[in-house]
Amino acid sequence: MKLKKTALLNARVYKTYAIILVYVVLMGIFMLTAPKAFTDYKIYLAFLSTVPFSLIMALGLTFVIIAGEIDLSFPSSMALSGFIFMYTYIHLKNSIIALIASLLVGVIIGLINGIIVAKIKVPSIIVTLATQFIWAGLAVILSGGIQINIPASRGSLFYNILVGKIANLIPAQSLWAFGLAIVMAFILNRHRFGEHVMFIGDNRATSQMLGINVDRTIIAVFTLNGALASFSSVLLGLEYVTWWPTQGPGFLLITIAAVFIGGTSIYGGEGTMLGTVIGAFIVGSITAGVVASGAAGFWTQLIVGVVMLFAVLFNTLIKGKQS
Amino acid sequence: MADNNCINLVEMNNISKSFGKVIALKNINFRVGSNEVVGLIGDNGAGKSTLIKILMGVYPPDTGEIFIRDKSILLSHYSAKIAHNLRIEAVYQEKALGEKQPLWRNIFLGRQITNGVGFIDTKKEREETEKIMKNLIGFRSKGFNSESRVSELSGGERQGVAIGRAMYFDADLIILDEPTVALSLREVEKVINFIKQVKDTGKSCIMISHNISEEYSVADRFVILDRGEIVGEYKKEDVTLSELISKLVRISGENAEKVGA
Repeated sequence: MKLKKTALLNARVYKTYAIILVYVVLMGIFMLTAPKAFTDYKIYLAFLSTVPFSLIMALGLTFVIIAGEIDLSFPSSMALSGFIFMYTYIHLKNSIIALIASLLVGVIIGLINGIIVAKIKVPSIIVTLATQFIWAGLAVILSGGIQINIPASRGSLFYNILVGKIANLIPAQSLWAFGLAIVMAFILNRHRFGEHVMFIGDNRATSQMLGINVDRTIIAVFTLNGALASFSSVLLGLEYVTWWPTQGPGFLLITIAAVFIGGTSIYGGEGTMLGTVIGAFIVGSITAGVVASGAAGFWTQLIVGVVMLFAVLFNTLIKGKQS
Repeated sequence: MADNNCINLVEMNNISKSFGKVIALKNINFRVGSNEVVGLIGDNGAGKSTLIKILMGVYPPDTGEIFIRDKSILLSHYSAKIAHNLRIEAVYQEKALGEKQPLWRNIFLGRQITNGVGFIDTKKEREETEKIMKNLIGFRSKGFNSESRVSELSGGERQGVAIGRAMYFDADLIILDEPTVALSLREVEKVINFIKQVKDTGKSCIMISHNISEEYSVADRFVILDRGEIVGEYKKEDVTLSELISKLVRISGENAEKVGA
């Protein structure tokens, strides 16, 4: 009996650390195939600069998927709130107001998703597929399809706090992303709200019977995801001092892939923030790794697919062992 | 306990409930005395679960009133949380526990031990769960601990955890909805023993079951529901098991005739 317990414990621990191992092996392979790039610390700094945008959204999406739902609209939330940030920034010349306006847009988008899913009981995949088109469309209409530049923001205090280089080296956005990951890991594992999210994804009827406000929790989860997409859009807009209408949609699949590679269950009820962080870095490293290894960039998608398939197969096999 | 000296722990008067055009309950008068085990019997769709959900505050009745320990309940503000605060607990088959979560989270879900801002005292919850497993449900040396996932437990053990949870929160009334469905005979015996334990500690119980002989072995009184109405009410001393069964057979026979006509 004791043996059974330790075996189970190991299976659980495995799953968390296996994903780290996958990342280390992947880096190892790239060090062999592209030694010049991957033995230089600069490439890792580059990852710290680019990965946070999808990572921050993946953190929110992890909550959504653990709750047993899905959100396809966060890239459009990113596009629209990114536009609002730029527009407000240029017209009001106040970065704080622009940030708040942008976050507000994300919150409203999330609230709308959440209310339709929780109160009207429309499956989230359909609701967010529809709202995804609406917000992306609105972003294009409002912007006239034209890209916006804010070169003047570079070097401002606001810019430095959000995307500057700490000690002239570490991209600030990575610290924001890691900070958020740690806070959200605590909320997921130690806070009442996180526990409710896990139980709602695990067994919604149980949650209801035990007096959990399921609707409110689901609305909160979608709202959180919308707000995080907005925050990510602000970081992205500042990093490139540019906004363009199709900025968001490119993040849809890589962000979802990051969450699943990280071991979050599509069936809901379980997932970890650490897994999602590593998942985002795996997805974010592959493009650079493939290109630096001399293969054509065309290979990127194929390799992301293979890695994701492996990760998902692995998680399923471990689960099979558990039960 | 002083507040158990009331005549009826629960009294539900003239309860009606419809879902669209379907009438689920018609003028139900139902009560549970203190330290009484009531067997609620009826076919699928008789309204048993609806009655229980109304009592648990999952949804309000269209008409009627509920008294708990002789105090009237404000139904517009009634909820599962308030039912819990009034020490009424329900154990739902299949719906009692979250499969993928550890036992300690299952015990305290909805009633977490938290600090002021909602962070859970996980250490305390784990310790209390270990105590519940040892003292209330006798999970000794079974290879389980508070970290075990529900998916590792057998059906009877799951019911045990849910009943243990109800006992830990000092429920005066525990409602068991089909607690023995899909269990092996040995597991059924465990659940029956849990219910006897509840009765021995002076608490009350409502047991819903399809299995009349199981119900007969634990209940003090039987209430038969048929298509939203109470069609029979018997004390155990007034009825034998075979009489009870023949009454039920007659009711379902009448139903078959009506459907046939």
